[in-house]
Amino acid sequence: MSDANEAALDPQASAASAGNETALVHCTNLGKSYRKGKESVPVLSNLNLNIPKGDFLALMGPSGSGKTTLLNLLGGLDSPTDGSLEIAGERIDRFSRSQLTRWRARHVGFIFQFYNLMPVLSAERNVELPLLLTKLSSKQRKKQVAIALELVGLKDRAKHKPSELSGGQEQRVAIARAIVSDPDLLLCDEPTGDLDRTTADDILSLLQTLNQQQGKTIVMVTHDPLAAEYAQRTLHLDKGTLITGN
Amino acid sequence: MKYFYFIWKNLGRKKLRTWLTIMSIVVAFILFGALGSLSAAFTQGAEIAGADRLVTIHKVSLIQSLPYSYVNRVRNTEGVEAVTFASWFGGYYQDPKNQFAQFAVDAESYFDIYSDLLSLPEEQMESWQNNRIGAVIGTALAQRFGWEVGDRVPVTSMFPQEDGNRTWEFEIEGIFSAEASGADSGSMVFHYEYFDEARQWDKGTVGWLMIKVADPQNAGEVADRIDAMFANSPAETKTSTEKAFMESFMKQFGDIGTITGLILGAVFFTMLLVTANTMAQAVRERIPEMAILKTLGFTDRSVLVMILAEAVLMALIGGLIGLGLAWLMIGAAASQVGAFLPGFAMPTDVWVQGLIAIVVLGLLSGAIPALQGMRLNIVTALGRR
Ligand SMILES: Nc1ncnc2c1ncn2[C@@H]1O[C@H](COP(=O)(O)OP(=O)(O)O)[C@@H](O)[C@H]1O
Ligand SMILES: [Mg+2]
Repeated sequence: MSDANEAALDPQASAASAGNETALVHCTNLGKSYRKGKESVPVLSNLNLNIPKGDFLALMGPSGSGKTTLLNLLGGLDSPTDGSLEIAGERIDRFSRSQLTRWRARHVGFIFQFYNLMPVLSAERNVELPLLLTKLSSKQRKKQVAIALELVGLKDRAKHKPSELSGGQEQRVAIARAIVSDPDLLLCDEPTGDLDRTTADDILSLLQTLNQQQGKTIVMVTHDPLAAEYAQRTLHLDKGTLITGN
Repeated sequence: MKYFYFIWKNLGRKKLRTWLTIMSIVVAFILFGALGSLSAAFTQGAEIAGADRLVTIHKVSLIQSLPYSYVNRVRNTEGVEAVTFASWFGGYYQDPKNQFAQFAVDAESYFDIYSDLLSLPEEQMESWQNNRIGAVIGTALAQRFGWEVGDRVPVTSMFPQEDGNRTWEFEIEGIFSAEASGADSGSMVFHYEYFDEARQWDKGTVGWLMIKVADPQNAGEVADRIDAMFANSPAETKTSTEKAFMESFMKQFGDIGTITGLILGAVFFTMLLVTANTMAQAVRERIPEMAILKTLGFTDRSVLVMILAEAVLMALIGGLIGLGLAWLMIGAAASQVGAFLPGFAMPTDVWVQGLIAIVVLGLLSGAIPALQGMRLNIVTALGRR
């Protein structure tokens, strides 16, 4: 399955890289197009990108430039139509839908603009959801949920429903849910797009801490140049291609 | 099972809507339990009827009685192994509301003929035979009035005694039990001699005859032979197998089985629409949530199973409450209608069919939303917001 050499040998593979074969993510000539009737509409094309382990990458670009599409590919929510995508040594572009599902559970955590928590579940039950897919016992799950909530500073809100939390708190719960199963990669799609400046700064600092202290690799899509400053580096996407050199 | 909490919480999302749906399922399954039991009570007599037993009644109707002399003439008919007889007593205990069935019978032969359905302990049989005003009662009847062996009970009959008194005294000498489910253990039987000697009118007659044939294969011929014997007499007879007799008796009430089947079919179909609509709404509201579940790594199949489980859970809650209420109601009604419908109770069959109906209702009502949930594409569902 895994084919680490291919990406490493590809001359284009490290075009936008900040690392080498130790990189967590290798995108090579990555492309995605959607079918509109008979026509194929390209959204991403010839995209080369390496993301080393421990990176905190901000992705910026105008609306409709393909940021979400790229994030969906990196997270295995969708499959590319061209090129190869290798993450942690696995060619996920060759995965079937059900392989991707199992892979997501182990390797990625998602954070969305609108938090997307389950409204019927308390904070701790929301955070527990990904752990239901593991073999952990109920007791072990509880323990991990407590650690994750502690990390995002919401230990005292464990029993609260999403409707009883502020936007910033909801996003912290979402972050706890994303990190609770200790994934390789955190993918954030405009995580502060719905928050005021101060709360946004709190969330961004939290992501930064997770990156710096827990060594989490983060890819964050954002519109906001101030948000991008929290990242280690920023890449710009325009009309489906990366503009290198900032 | 670790998903149960989540499924349970989802069910409680719109509490009013869920409760309204559950309430209608409750009503539907009360109907199911009640009508199913009623239908079973009407048909079970025919089901336990012996193939080797014939019943002889007056050709005009069951209410007309037959001369006592017929008993011996039938007993001597070719192909007949044993004969017993009974007369309707039409009484109640203390209050006309306390109706139950009593029969004046021939003590010797009655339990022989029904040995496959009723059993009475040997020594009780003996003491009954030795007590002219003795009676034996079924277990259900004993329980209903709290009667015990040795009790003296008054029963008021539509038949007056010679002195005009319509209340007859009996001494309980034994309690018989039903050997087959649906056999009548709610009745009382006592000596025909006591009844016939003391009653004011209709003396020397019996209500009907029960006949055991030597060979069930010849039952039809034996029946014809008996009826031919009494043709052109003042009291012509009609002899049929016990099963045919029960069925024609029940036909008086219409074809209960078909009617209840049709009603229940309509109720079930309505319930399916109501429940399916609730499930469709419930799932439509949470398309983004299902997309998130899949994002987190829940498989298409587990989303399908969770939605189906939710629908089945809702049907189970409503259905079990409904069947439970039906069971309570039938328990209460049984003491009222016991005289007319012996063995009126909610049979295991109705419970089993009810449970099957509940699960089928849940699965069918959840099927379409569950398939939608399973097929849901994450990218389009998340992009929709
Ligand atoms: N499922 C889809 N089918 C067709 N076109 C799509 C689909 N998803 C996204 N697109 C198109 O791809 C382009 C990029 O979308 P997106 O990645 O969401 O942009 P961004 O997140 O940068 O705003 C847009 O023009 C959008 O219309
Ligand atoms: Mg976007």
